[in-house]
Amino acid sequence: MSQIHTLTMPKWGLSMTEGRVDVWLKEEGQVIAKGDEVLDVETDKISSSVEAPFSGVLRRQIARPDETLPVGALLGIVVEGEASEAEIDALVEQFQASFVAGDGAEEDAGPTPQKVELGGRLIRYFERGEGGIPVVLVHGFGGDLNNWLFNHEALAAGRRVIALDLPGHGESGKKLERGDLDELSEVVLALLDHLDIPAAHFVGHSMGGAVALNTARLAAQRVRSLVLIASAGLGEDINGDYLQGFAQASNRNALKPQLIKLFSNAELVNRQMLEDMLKYKRLEGVDSALRALLEAVFADGRQQVDLRGVIEDARQPVLLIWGSDDAIIPVRHSAGLPARVEVLPGQAHMVQMEAAEQVNRLILDFLQPL
Amino acid sequence: MARKISYQQAINEALAQEMGRDPSVFIMGEDVAGGAGAPGENDAWGGVLGVTKGLYHQFPGRVLDTPLSEIGYVGAAVGAATRGMRPVCELMFVDFAGCCLDQILNQAAKFRYMFGGKATTPLVIRTMVGAGLRAAAQHSQMLTSLWTHIPGLKVVCPSSPYDAKGLLIQAIRDNDPVIFCEHKMLYSLQGDVPEELYSIAFGEANFLRDGKDVTLVSYGKTVNTAMDAARNLAGRGIDCEVIDLRTTSPLDEDSILESVEKTGRLVVIDEANPRCCVATDISALVAQKAFASLKAPIEMVTAPHTPVPFSDSLEDLYIPDAAKIEAAVLKLIEWSAHS
Repeated sequence: MSQIHTLTMPKWGLSMTEGRVDVWLKEEGQVIAKGDEVLDVETDKISSSVEAPFSGVLRRQIARPDETLPVGALLGIVVEGEASEAEIDALVEQFQASFVAGDGAEEDAGPTPQKVELGGRLIRYFERGEGGIPVVLVHGFGGDLNNWLFNHEALAAGRRVIALDLPGHGESGKKLERGDLDELSEVVLALLDHLDIPAAHFVGHSMGGAVALNTARLAAQRVRSLVLIASAGLGEDINGDYLQGFAQASNRNALKPQLIKLFSNAELVNRQMLEDMLKYKRLEGVDSALRALLEAVFADGRQQVDLRGVIEDARQPVLLIWGSDDAIIPVRHSAGLPARVEVLPGQAHMVQMEAAEQVNRLILDFLQPL
Repeated sequence: MARKISYQQAINEALAQEMGRDPSVFIMGEDVAGGAGAPGENDAWGGVLGVTKGLYHQFPGRVLDTPLSEIGYVGAAVGAATRGMRPVCELMFVDFAGCCLDQILNQAAKFRYMFGGKATTPLVIRTMVGAGLRAAAQHSQMLTSLWTHIPGLKVVCPSSPYDAKGLLIQAIRDNDPVIFCEHKMLYSLQGDVPEELYSIAFGEANFLRDGKDVTLVSYGKTVNTAMDAARNLAGRGIDCEVIDLRTTSPLDEDSILESVEKTGRLVVIDEANPRCCVATDISALVAQKAFASLKAPIEMVTAPHTPVPFSDSLEDLYIPDAAKIEAAVLKLIEWSAHS
């Protein structure tokens, strides 16, 4: 049976309304597998690759490099099985005739984050997908749930996946009582209670990895497995200059060199990324929240909490994912633990964003039998 | 997500949140309550365009209508500021500055200096600037350069709802007198604004667009005009960098120079009259400190050296628009091509 698929402009994050086609990574006539990167698209926030949601042969490249197209616009045609040029022409014509670009973020009634008050503090979380044992995504120091922009939807195919803003971050309440890992873990557990989730798979990035480990330490029965990406909590070293520089930066010239340390491709740190980060840092309470965390978790440029024991106890299956060139937390912290370890060559600290496709596949493969 | 609210609502929200946070903040000015005591819709109108609407009942006794005497109430606000209050005083139209200039120029702006740094004057003067409302020569001026000229004053000109809230909160917390210039044609402009409190530091320009061919510098409403021009020019393959000064005093010289050193071309857009204005000031700065980087002369797009006309068509012609900015940019590109 043959099927003609339309590959369309994806929507990365709530505010994306259009994207600029950068370059095609697959030729016309090339066989592509589901999950393959087919072309690069740039938005005002970030550049990334569009992954094929289906397998087949790339029969048409409709979008041209440098063309800016709205979300949902036709990028290309992928055919499973056989289809004549005439059939493809007819489908393209039909698509283009009926396509209406969305009017902006508000018009799109897709899933949106929610807020809940837990123990007197506001917590923002974003729930997608249904079924299975839920997955919780925990971002790192200074991050927010948008750090999972390229992972959340892919992981939520057939599974309930919840990303949250830790207190002091994103659009959650900014006040921290102590700023230690226990306080952050308590919030994550309170959110699970609120959502009636007895136990979940935890995916944590950087400091979020330490939060996941610490949650497993406090409440092992609620953590079914751990995926730790460039995780804190597994060794003493951390880039103290980055932490201090990031916490202190109050303008784009001070912030830019810090954010560049997070990525293997420095060009990803664009004007919009800097402005979004500055908007976060200007919010009342963020400065003291970040300083409290630095003091409690990363004082003097060293990691203060060693959670290797949680993995050594081996109560949950553990997958460690690291970029080989991580400039924030060294990849060697992944060594010597009873865990599956995947090191992605050439990748940096924000590996889940820069190598989203590989990271998504690793996580899905890991979770599949669990 | 941050919700979308208007520039006017953003200013109202900044006032409400700062009044809620700090009991020393209060509002005074002509008609800032306006009509209070009358029943119905018109009760507490909240200023001539309703910017302070809702605050009179929310903060009883802290939104004060004053007599129509700028020299009197601005002087009272200056005095209150020196005694530890944080007045937000509304000078309805900046065009009325002449009636209270001594209080601002000779008193508020001078205290920190004349008392050896021991006196602070945490005063905000909110005032409407700019043309476009068909309000003629005495209610339409862009007198930002008048304030920028005076040491001891800080001068703020927000171009968006996000900036309006963050810069007004910073203005209220600042310990020096701040002239907060609200462009009356921006009040209905919608934009994303966080519900939480946040402040934007003074003297840090905002890069609204990165570009490599030409630097467009502006402040206030014409920042949006410059962005329109940049979008149109992008369609012709010309890549403009757009810088919003946010504050004309202090001035972020570094950002301007950094950008011109990259692009080699500068267009300054200023709705003020062209003599001794922010545009001439920035042109002088760049000519002096980045001369070697320039690939073409500096262009200024300003109002003409006339009062704002009352005729609609003349007023439209008076205000810098995207077409004038685009023409200036094209002139620079062609100049480089032929030299």
